[in-house]
Amino acid sequence: MQELLLSFQLAFLVTAILLVCATPLAYWLAFSKWRAKFLIEAVVALPLVLPPTVLGFYLLIAMGPRGPLGKLWLALFGHALAFTFSGLVLASVLYSLPFCVQPLVASFERLDPKLLAASRVLGASQLRTFRRIILPLSLPGVITAIVLTFAHTLGEFGVVLMVGGNLPGATRTVSIAIYDHVQSIEYTAANQLSLTLLAISFVLLALVYGLNRRAGVRWLSN
Amino acid sequence: MAIELTQPTLSVRVRFNRAGASSSFRLDVDFSLPPGITILFGPSGAGKSTLLDCIAGLITPDEGRVGIAVESLFNSATVTNIPAQDRRLGYLFQSPALFPHLTAQQNVEYGLSPMPASGRANATREILKLFRVEALAPRKPAELSGGEAQRVALARALVTNPRVLLLDEPLSGLDADLKNSIIADLRAWNVRHQIPILYVTHDRAEVDALGERVLVMENGKIVQQGSPNQVLEAPRKERLALASGFENILEGTVKEVRLDDGVMRVTLKNSSATIEAPLSYAKSGDLVRIAIRAGDILLALEKPSNLSARNILHGTIRSLEQRSATMICKVDAGAAFEVHVTLSAARSLGLREGMDLWLVLKTYSCHIVE
Repeated sequence: MQELLLSFQLAFLVTAILLVCATPLAYWLAFSKWRAKFLIEAVVALPLVLPPTVLGFYLLIAMGPRGPLGKLWLALFGHALAFTFSGLVLASVLYSLPFCVQPLVASFERLDPKLLAASRVLGASQLRTFRRIILPLSLPGVITAIVLTFAHTLGEFGVVLMVGGNLPGATRTVSIAIYDHVQSIEYTAANQLSLTLLAISFVLLALVYGLNRRAGVRWLSN
Repeated sequence: MAIELTQPTLSVRVRFNRAGASSSFRLDVDFSLPPGITILFGPSGAGKSTLLDCIAGLITPDEGRVGIAVESLFNSATVTNIPAQDRRLGYLFQSPALFPHLTAQQNVEYGLSPMPASGRANATREILKLFRVEALAPRKPAELSGGEAQRVALARALVTNPRVLLLDEPLSGLDADLKNSIIADLRAWNVRHQIPILYVTHDRAEVDALGERVLVMENGKIVQQGSPNQVLEAPRKERLALASGFENILEGTVKEVRLDDGVMRVTLKNSSATIEAPLSYAKSGDLVRIAIRAGDILLALEKPSNLSARNILHGTIRSLEQRSATMICKVDAGAAFEVHVTLSAARSLGLREGMDLWLVLKTYSCHIVE
């Protein structure tokens, strides 16, 4: 059960960090008129197409004691980043970035530009327009982003294996534990963990999609 | 609140180029708006909405100045560009653009955020009452009809006491009665507030019903301005003539200019018929177009004599078509003319296809257009 707890901890943290970081990025991607914007879009989408091992490999190099991230971390906290929970969080944030950014961008872009113009002309600052108009009207997109990010982080395997290794209590997530059990032919243990993960994931998704539906119909009736 | 000593006139002088991949567009205007309703009239694509966006600050012009009295909202010379949210203007779009997750009341209160809550509620109640939508305050926009939604949108724009109101065809989807009653409420509001209101439309009927002043816009430029009568009765532009209900646009060559009589004689293209029209900028030999309203042409069964009208043309009816209470006659009189007569006139003259008759046109019904 320790592995399960660790996985959920990781997923919660990554989702929280991404919501804070990805929202401004998504806002910028949706509304910026900068011509080279597509380059940033491509970078954000990279984790979708790269094998997790490729991303994991470069992150491992960067987080090692001689890598730039590792050196910085060593100077700040006195230990390297690779094979720690913090390293795992950082790697997962990067790996799950597109799953958070893309639903947000899609829902921001779907908003009627006239509503945003109306808000501006009525004297609202960008921040107020965002809080009072953009965010409430994009709620289904925000919920989708949360679910996808959470679920994706929970189920992640390759990147975790590359940068986290398999340290019980620190980097041994549930997917790694299941893999371990299967390797050691402990099918009962693997089954228990898998089934628990399956059940929890389903309940969570069902809950969130149910909420999303209600939030969606509240002002879309008629 | 400070009393404004100067007339709160909006002055606009902007240039704006938009180079598109397929088409480029150039806006170049210079005009000022006194308090009251001014119509901005022109075909779609003339740049009316772009101009409104420039005034509101949603688009930044390349150069020029937008100002209210002495205050600059935008001035390329002093690099002033007050952001849209600080301009204190009202702007209504073609769609009401009410915030769908807020009630009518919350929508109206939205622009009053700097005010304390009690003041907000009072101001909102008052303006909703003025626009006859008090009862709708707790409803969401999805539960409002088109007219109700535009009334709420108007209340939302006006509750902030804007210094200028920009209206981009906000009533184009509504029927005439509803439109007129909303306009009447807007006028009543403006009796007290006296702000310049710029009302965009491409509908001629709205120009007649609303306007104190009309600006006519075409291809990014103001091509004509004046009272609705001046502008629409004597259109100088062919496209404007078509838009403002001149069914006949005939090509011809100026044959003779009679300065003393204030008229010129124009020979119609591909025909021997000659028409006398009021004197215009054209000179002998010039190609011109003459715009004539179908309702300004008289029909006679015999050649009239002893008549003040100077243009009497012989023709044959090619087709007759009844459209509601009007009979539309297509007459070949050297050139093809469209003539509108009432049903009773058509009946008593016994109009039928192939019939020979005479067209009678007053000189001043013939307008030379560019």
